[in-house]
Amino acid sequence: MNNVYIYILVMAAVTYLIRALPLTLIRKEIKSPFIRSFLYYVPYATLSAMTVPAIFYATKNIWSAAAGFVVALILAYMRKSLLTVAAGACTAVFLIELFMV
Amino acid sequence: MSQKRNAFREGLKDGLPICLGYLAVSFAFGIQAVSTGLSVFQSTLISLTNLTSAGQFAGLGIIAASGSFLEMAGVQFIINLRYMLMSAAISQKLSPEVSTLKRLGIAFGMTDEVFGISAARPGMLEPAYSAGAILIAMLGWTLGTFLGAYSGEILPAGLISALGVALYGMFIAIVIPVARDDKNIMITAMAAVLLSSIFTFAPVLNTISSGFRIIIVTVVSAGAAAILFPVDDAEEGACCE
Repeated sequence: MNNVYIYILVMAAVTYLIRALPLTLIRKEIKSPFIRSFLYYVPYATLSAMTVPAIFYATKNIWSAAAGFVVALILAYMRKSLLTVAAGACTAVFLIELFMV
Repeated sequence: MSQKRNAFREGLKDGLPICLGYLAVSFAFGIQAVSTGLSVFQSTLISLTNLTSAGQFAGLGIIAASGSFLEMAGVQFIINLRYMLMSAAISQKLSPEVSTLKRLGIAFGMTDEVFGISAARPGMLEPAYSAGAILIAMLGWTLGTFLGAYSGEILPAGLISALGVALYGMFIAIVIPVARDDKNIMITAMAAVLLSSIFTFAPVLNTISSGFRIIIVTVVSAGAAAILFPVDDAEEGACCE
């Protein structure tokens, strides 16, 4: 495991370059309506794609994960904070797993 | 000047829920890092220098499997490529006068959640606001990793399983309130969910790695949305019927 620090360096360097290049290189307003619209929709498309279906495999079984998913959807729809939504989802998973054993 | 300090304080305030959410997720990361064979220091160092959830979890897998450095670089590139799109989006919210040094600082903290609150900030984004949000988010992410790495093994398995959904809970909390107000975002998000599920389960398509899957789904659904529902500057961030 002597290479661990090289792994960490590679991870950090690649991740940082990805974040830093657009912010330092793009200094003017992008005029293209297509690119502007595309960038507007990107975060919501990415976060949605990352969440489903991955969330259903994030816990010990799919039913507890589904409960966490539904609770998170309801709390988020009610405009609760990040913390409330995350904590509510975790609590739902914990309780379902407790009762399913 | 006092305006600057207010922006910093508002960044801290908006970043606090992110910090607390990160505590839970990075706690899970710390547990997993130590069980992979990393020391507490190495686990914490990864979180301090990377500040990214999906990329770090994937990185652990490569370290555990003694993968090549090239593979590590490739996987990080694919999984984190979405940050390039987010950074490009935020570049449009910065005044052209913002210095390179400040841009480099904002870039370091461009996580999904920090992006979420930065994009939602009305008007131009003040670097002081980003500084506040990023500092407190980093604190949560790094401290949580340390605590998880240090004490994770004594936690009951049920608690660790429950922490597994914390990250996704945060993602949902970012998307749903905005989707509720803008039906085009709702459609985009649902298209992304559908495509992502197809790519996960359909034969042949399911051989595509998860990092590539996220990129393809993002480009296709956000691209289609940009063509079908172009955003006017006037209505950007505003509520649609």
